[in-house]
Amino acid sequence: MASADGTETTPILAASRISKSFGEIPVLFSVDFDVKPGEVHAIIGENGAGKSTFIKILSGFEQPTSGTIMFDGNPIVLPPNGEAESLGIVLIHQELNLAEHLTVADSIFLGRELKRGPFLDVRQMYERSKAILDTLHVPVDPNVRINTLSVADKQMVEIAKAISRDARVLIMDEPTAVLSVGETKTLFEQINRLTARGVAIIFISHKLDEVMQLAQRVTVLRDGQLIATVGSSSLTPDSAAQMMVGRELSNLYPPKHEPDVDAPRVLSVRNLEAKGVSDVSFDLRKGEILGFAGLIGSGRTAVAEAIVGLVHRTGGEVEVNGKAVNFTKVSQSVAAGLAYMTKDRKGKGLLVNMGLQPNLTLLTLKRHLKGGFIDSSSEAKALERATRRFDIRARDASVRVGQLSGGNQQKLMLGKTMESEPEIIIIDEPTRGIDVGTKQQIYHIIAALAAEGKSIIVISSELPEVIGLSHRVLVMRNGRMAGLVEGAEITEAEIMRYAAGIKQGGNDERLSA
Amino acid sequence: MMSASAPEIAAKPARGRRINLTIWGPLIALLLLVLLGIALNPNFLTYNNITNVLARSSFIGIIAIGATFVITSGGLDLSVGSMAAVIAGVMIIVMNALIPSMGIGWGVIIIGMLAGLALGGVAGVGNGVMVTRGRIEAFIVTLGTMGIFRSLVTFLADGGTLSLNFQVADVYRPVYYDGLFGVPWPIIVFVLVAVAGEIVMRRTAFGRYCAAIGSNEQVARYSSISVDNVRLLTYILQGVLVAVAVMLYVPRLGSASSTTGVLWELEAIAAVIIGGTTLKGGFGRVWGTVVGVIILGLIGNILNLQSFISPYLNGAFQGVIIILAVLLQRSRRT
Repeated sequence: MASADGTETTPILAASRISKSFGEIPVLFSVDFDVKPGEVHAIIGENGAGKSTFIKILSGFEQPTSGTIMFDGNPIVLPPNGEAESLGIVLIHQELNLAEHLTVADSIFLGRELKRGPFLDVRQMYERSKAILDTLHVPVDPNVRINTLSVADKQMVEIAKAISRDARVLIMDEPTAVLSVGETKTLFEQINRLTARGVAIIFISHKLDEVMQLAQRVTVLRDGQLIATVGSSSLTPDSAAQMMVGRELSNLYPPKHEPDVDAPRVLSVRNLEAKGVSDVSFDLRKGEILGFAGLIGSGRTAVAEAIVGLVHRTGGEVEVNGKAVNFTKVSQSVAAGLAYMTKDRKGKGLLVNMGLQPNLTLLTLKRHLKGGFIDSSSEAKALERATRRFDIRARDASVRVGQLSGGNQQKLMLGKTMESEPEIIIIDEPTRGIDVGTKQQIYHIIAALAAEGKSIIVISSELPEVIGLSHRVLVMRNGRMAGLVEGAEITEAEIMRYAAGIKQGGNDERLSA
Repeated sequence: MMSASAPEIAAKPARGRRINLTIWGPLIALLLLVLLGIALNPNFLTYNNITNVLARSSFIGIIAIGATFVITSGGLDLSVGSMAAVIAGVMIIVMNALIPSMGIGWGVIIIGMLAGLALGGVAGVGNGVMVTRGRIEAFIVTLGTMGIFRSLVTFLADGGTLSLNFQVADVYRPVYYDGLFGVPWPIIVFVLVAVAGEIVMRRTAFGRYCAAIGSNEQVARYSSISVDNVRLLTYILQGVLVAVAVMLYVPRLGSASSTTGVLWELEAIAAVIIGGTTLKGGFGRVWGTVVGVIILGLIGNILNLQSFISPYLNGAFQGVIIILAVLLQRSRRT
C-alpha cells in the first residue's frame, strides 16, 4: 500500500483486496484503500470506474464479493442499510437523503430521537441541533422544514446529522457537484474543522482542483482497478486526468472556430422578463457558442426556460431568425428549431425506468409514426444512428436508462435533443457529474455542431468549460445581465468580477457584436 | 464506463434462465386457475360455463381497459362504478321518455345508447378537467364525483329502482343474451375493445405518452408533450368505455338502482394491478388487464362450482390475489 505521507497512525478504516461483482459482471478488482484520522482521502475516476460501488462497500451498503474491511485495525463485516452509522461510519449520498417535510431538528435526530418517557423531547432536540449547527457556523433554524432549504444548506444538515452521530469516518459522494463556488468554500471550511477534530473524510469528486486543494491523498480508480494512491502534492491535473482515463488528454477543449463576422443573428432577445429574470438582452449568431456564466441561482436556467416557453414570459421580445416569437409550449419552440436541454438529467431529461429507444424518440415521436402507429424499426434506426454519433455505450438495448452511467445518460439526452434537428441549442450544464473522458467527447460534439452552423448557448457553472468553449460569455447575476465578455477578456477573473458584482457592465454597443 | 471496445448495442439480453414472473405471472395464475377448475368440476370447461364467466366479466373488463390508461398515466378514477349507475339510470329514463313519441323499437334504444355515450364522455371531461386544469389530486376528484354520481342515481330513482319499459327491454335483450356464431355480444365487444386498447397502448404516440407522463411528468413536459391534454383524454376514454360497458349491461337486467355498479371501481383497479400495470403509473399493459379480469371472474366461478369452501369467501380470495400480484411487481425492482 502506497502511503505517501509516511505517517505511522493506524488507519480507522481500511480495505484489503476488495472485489465486487454484480451477477457475472465484475465492477471492482482487488482494491486496497485506507484512511487515517484527520485525513482527507479523495477517490477519483471516470464514471463507471467503480467509485460509488466502492464507497458503498466502505459504508456497508454493499457487501464485497471477496476481500476484507478493517475497522480500527480489526477485520469487520459492516452491517447493511446504513447501520454502520452506529460505528461512526456515515455516508452522505449524492442525492441527499432527507425527508423533505421534516424539520431540520427532526432530520438530525431521525431514527435516534431523544425522548422523555414515551414522548419526544422536542426542546432538547432543538437545543442540541442548534448547538451542532452553531459549531458548524451554519445559520439555519432547526425548526424550518427541509424543503425550504437550499441544496447547500441541506448538505450542511447532512453534515450536522453525521456529527450528531459522532461520525469518525465521513464519506461524501460528489458533495460539490451542485454547489456554487461560495458554497463549496463553506463546505471546505467545514471539512477542515472536522479533520481538525480527527474525523477521517473520504470524498469522491470530479473536480480535480478541489481534490488537490483538499485531500492529502488521492486514490485513482479506472475500470474497477486501483491505479494508484498518491499524495496530492505530487499530482498535477494532467497526471491525474491521465491516470483516470489511461490516455493523454492533450486537448480537453477543441480549437475555437470564430463564426463569420457577417453571420446572421439567429436568436435575438430584448429586455426579457420572467420570474427570477429581469431585463436580459442578447444576440446569438449562426455558428456561435455563447456561454452563460454566473452563480447558481443567478437566473441562467430561467432565461432559457422563459425563451422556450417552459416558464411564463412576463415581458420582452424574442426573435428567431428575425421573426418575433412567443412560445408558450415546448412543442412550439422545437418546431421553430430551438431546443433546450435540461441540466436535470434524471428529474426532467430522461425516463430512468424506460429503455434507450423510447427515451431517444420521446421529443420527436410524431416523426416515427406511420399511418398513426409507431414504427419501431424507424425508432431502432434512430437509436442506432444516435449511439454511433454520440458514442452511447449500453450493455444491450434492453437496459433501463437509470442503469447507464451519468456520461452515457448525458450523451443519450444530447442525442434526444438533436433528434429534433434544432438550429439553435441551449445546453444547460452539459457535463454535470460526468467524467473527464466523456466531458472531452461532449466538448468536441458541441464544437462540431457549431462548426456545422448550429448556434449554441452553453449554460455552465464550471468556468473552465465556459471559457474553453465559448466565443462570447454572458454573465448573469441576481436575474440580470451583469456583463458580456469576449475575446481575450474571457478569463476566470473577469467573469468572476461580474458574477460577484464587483464589476458592472453589459454596455449596449457590445450586445450586438 | 464499460471496457472501451465494448459493442454498443448487443442484440441478445444476458438473462432468460429464470422465468420472468412479471410477464408470465398473470398467465401462470390464469392457467393454474383453469386447471383447478377442471379438476374440481367437469362442468367447468363446458361452453356454457366459460361464455357465462366471460360475458359477466366483460363489463368490468371494458371499464378496466379504460382504467389501464388512466393508471398508466399516473391517474386514478374511483368514480367508474357510480358513473356506470348514473349512465344506466339516464339511459333508461331517456328510453322510457322517448317511447310515446318514437314507439317501441331500435330507434329508441340507439338514442338511449348515444345519450349514455355522451354522458360518459361528459363525466370523463369533468373528472379530467378538474384533475388537469384544477390541479386537484385524481384520488380526491374522483372520490368526490363517485359520491356525486352515486347520490344522483339514487335521486333519479327516488331511492328505488328505475326499470326499462318491458317491451323495449324485450327488443334490447339480445344485446346481452345473443351473439355472433354463438359468442355473446358482450364478449365480442370486450375482445374488440381489448385488441384496440392493446394497439393504442403499444403502437400509438398516445400510449407512449401515457407511460411517459406516469413515469415522470416533468420529463414529459420538457419533451414537449401536452401533459394536460393526454391526461384529460385518458379520463374521457375511461368515461366513454364505462358507457360502452353500460350499453351491454342494461339489457341484462333492464333496471338501475343505487346498488348498480357498487365496487366496480375496485374490481377494475384490481384487474389492472393483477395484470401488471404499476399503480403509480409509468408502465401499463392492456392484455394483462384482460387476464386480470378473467382471473377475478374465474375465482368467483370456481368457488361456485365446488362445495368445500363457501363462495362467500370470494372477496377474500380476490384480495389475496391482488396482494400477491403487487408483491410480484415489487420483486421486479430489486
